[in-house]
Amino acid sequence: MHELYTKLKQYFPLGELIEQRDNLAFITLKQEQLRPVILHLRDKENYTHLVLLTAVDWLEDNIFQLTYLLSNRANATDIGLRVMISRDSASMESIHDIWPTAATYQRELREMFGIDFPDSPRVNDDFILEGWNDIPPYRRDFDTLKYSEQTFSQRPGRETKDPAEHMKQKLYPDGA
Amino acid sequence: MKEELEKRIIKGPDGLEFEVEPLRDYYCEAPPTVMPAAYSKIVEDLFNWARSESIWILGFGTGCGAIEMRPLMTPRFDAYRFGVQWRPTPRQSNLFVISGYLSVKTLKRVIRSYEQMQNPKYVVGLGSCTINGGMYWDSYNTIKRLDQYLPVDLYIAGCMPRPEALLQGFADLKKLIRSGKAEGANEYAEKFEWYKANQKKVINDWDMPDYNW
Repeated sequence: MHELYTKLKQYFPLGELIEQRDNLAFITLKQEQLRPVILHLRDKENYTHLVLLTAVDWLEDNIFQLTYLLSNRANATDIGLRVMISRDSASMESIHDIWPTAATYQRELREMFGIDFPDSPRVNDDFILEGWNDIPPYRRDFDTLKYSEQTFSQRPGRETKDPAEHMKQKLYPDGA
Repeated sequence: MKEELEKRIIKGPDGLEFEVEPLRDYYCEAPPTVMPAAYSKIVEDLFNWARSESIWILGFGTGCGAIEMRPLMTPRFDAYRFGVQWRPTPRQSNLFVISGYLSVKTLKRVIRSYEQMQNPKYVVGLGSCTINGGMYWDSYNTIKRLDQYLPVDLYIAGCMPRPEALLQGFADLKKLIRSGKAEGANEYAEKFEWYKANQKKVINDWDMPDYNW
């Protein structure tokens, strides 16, 4: 992985390298470097498979982290490209022309995190949710408990007990 | 409203143009009505006996509980010996088993399927998710009480209930039907406005007719 990183570094400005395992590493990139690096990895380094595209919401830092996980099937190594984008009016370049499957991931991210991918096919269509009218539910500032209490009627009588206290009471009612 | 439900002019293969209004042409506008009991008690009892001995389930799995249906219908538990069988279409079935958590998106399909079933029809809620939300108690996308949206005749508790529990549930449902207490379809017709209001409260993109008969 180090060899690949030094090789890549000759051509592109790269961020830090995090080696998770022998066959898995993550590289942090600038937003505008993503496309050339992906094309280089796909065409020159045989990373031909997009495993997944996902996002992490770093609410405190006001950024979204996008992770593009690419796989080299020949030597069974994975490389993750991390891109940090601003949380305000989050938008990212689409890569559906490199891997058509990316369009599905981008549709999901658009719905669940509210990250826009302009020109991605059907990106603004409903994906899993239908008629959603709140902030995107995977954003960390979305309060799922509050939303469910407001939206759905609850059956009364539901209570939560601390397991340790409850069993103590039940087994030793005298407090012994 | 979906585009395919809007009133439009269609050109047929023979070049003839005609107007289509899907909501009026493809669906029944009339709301459901209460089905009165038979003219005599002994006849109604006979009907109820027949109904209880032919519970036909709609093959619609909504959550993880649908996985319990496979051992139930195959030789190990063999529900067919109790007159219980699975049907592929709502028109042929009279029992809707809501098998586990129900997301808002699925609820819409469930309502459509339930309304297409013919009277008399029964609903069984399976697992704690249909009773009070279960482990999805704080989920933004699953309903917490099934009986707000559909008339439930029977709940089977558990997470998930074993096939034995389901068989016991069928036996209890049979008792309910025999005693004439499984009147879910009539209750739905009586409190139709209330059920519709509840359904529309959670389904934000209501793009179907009020009644999908």
